[in-house]
Amino acid sequence: MEAASKLDVEAIRADFPILQRKIGGRPLAYLDSAATSQKPVQVVEAMRRFTDHSNANISRSVHTLGAEATEAYEGARAKVAAFIGAPSPDEVVFTKNSTESINLVAYAFQNATIDPAADPRFKLGPGDEVVVTEMEHHANLIPWQQLCLRTGATLKWIGITDAGRLDVESVDDVITERCKVVSFVHVANLLGTVNPTSQITARAREVGALVGLDASQSVPHIPVDVTELGVDFIAFTSHKMLGPTGIGALWAKAEILDAMPPFLTGGSMIETVSMERTTFAKAPAKFEAGTPPIAEAVGFAAAVDYLDELGMENVRAHEKEYVSYMLERLETVDGLQIVGPRVPIGRGATVSFTLEDVHPHDVGQVLDAEGIAVRVGHHCAKPTCVRFGVNATTRASGYVYNTHEEIDRLVDALGQVRKVFR
Amino acid sequence: MNLDELYQEVILDHYKRPRGAGLREPFEGESHQVNPTCGDEITLRVHVDGDRVADVSYDNVGCSISKASASVMYELVKDAKVDDALARMAEFTELMNSRGQAEGDEETLEDAVAFAGVSKYPMRVKCALLGWMAFKDALVRASATGAGRQ
Repeated sequence: MEAASKLDVEAIRADFPILQRKIGGRPLAYLDSAATSQKPVQVVEAMRRFTDHSNANISRSVHTLGAEATEAYEGARAKVAAFIGAPSPDEVVFTKNSTESINLVAYAFQNATIDPAADPRFKLGPGDEVVVTEMEHHANLIPWQQLCLRTGATLKWIGITDAGRLDVESVDDVITERCKVVSFVHVANLLGTVNPTSQITARAREVGALVGLDASQSVPHIPVDVTELGVDFIAFTSHKMLGPTGIGALWAKAEILDAMPPFLTGGSMIETVSMERTTFAKAPAKFEAGTPPIAEAVGFAAAVDYLDELGMENVRAHEKEYVSYMLERLETVDGLQIVGPRVPIGRGATVSFTLEDVHPHDVGQVLDAEGIAVRVGHHCAKPTCVRFGVNATTRASGYVYNTHEEIDRLVDALGQVRKVFR
Repeated sequence: MNLDELYQEVILDHYKRPRGAGLREPFEGESHQVNPTCGDEITLRVHVDGDRVADVSYDNVGCSISKASASVMYELVKDAKVDDALARMAEFTELMNSRGQAEGDEETLEDAVAFAGVSKYPMRVKCALLGWMAFKDALVRASATGAGRQ
């Protein structure tokens, strides 16, 4: 059944106790990993081991536990950095999540704009432009939109074709000499589209703009190498890649981090402090004010270990095969309309759809009664919904632990939905 | 989970054949409410004549629970005294917050007792209350314009 998969899905499932749960007497079919993934025992155990054995605050205590905790935290940073091909661990800033990572960059622009001594690349004003796409998660739209409203810069966006792809033909028109920063989604959370990056990054370079990626839905699912991508920054989050909630990351080139003013200030991010002035520590400490999520960093690193063990090329191959099956089976459901690419090329294993005029809330409720967990609603991507003329969608998303049988159950249950609301 | 308990016949009937739908004139108060988690929306108008709710008209998009609830509400409050309509709202809200512990009084709540099962689904309670929130807000707006309760 999993013939084409490069992963031993049954062995993987054994590492995720939650997948043994029954919902309303039926085995859980968890098809909501695009919202948050489940965590293997290895992640939970690593966090427990750290908490039971080495817990202390970092970078400030000379005692043994303090040293162990610092080593664990910085070791986690190095693992995460290596996972995305970052040239140095110091280019990885731990944050709360992708949303905070993107806000960190947006606020660097805002703070630079009001600081006469700041790097001019980060200064925005009327006439300057910021570019996103129409398929952003709100996390990579609203920080930029609000930044533009506050600074007088103009927000522009690359549109979406009817097939659910970026309108790359418009790239040269949308990204102009006035553009200071382009921030776009790598893999779209509602449509599942994997965006080609080279044309946009090349155009951004041509006009001298900084360029970054919301990689929340790509780092967990496909091999990501920041050097190969040739971007200035990426944002991603632990909880979508088998790790705990409460920790995410911003990767940015060392030179960019140096030029960026800090977003949050306070403890742990300083060099010297007087009552009047402060000089800041070097990145990444400059961006990590306050006690960070230490046990979560340990869990994040354990998740990276787990994915490394599986091999990201294998994860990609599994999901490519999986989405082929999802699309093929879902297309057999009467009245089902896929929102996003209908072919398993250049897309991840996240499939949004509508079912005639049955509201996604009702679809989700009937599926839940069958033990099937999907996401319903606008998926924090309202402009994408508007683009496709829908109020909300139902979204099924697969990951390393999902089986064909779960898709079969989904398809059967969608037949039930039509019966209830006919 | 027993789906039939949630999607009772009477709910599905109101969903498929909503009563009193569409926006009408005259009206003294209008309210627009959204449920940001699912994108459900309702625009609702009230026409108050003296101490009575002379009409409630609405246009909505949403799930079966929110659409059926607006339809049931229309039947409960149209031509009712404003005070009685508000009492029905309090009663219905209490039923929705009962976490499956209350059955509702069919004498006063009529078809709305079918929503008792919804109270077991915390994610859906907001859907059932969306129309009522709009009704309450529209009444406040109507009284602000001088109509309604003297």
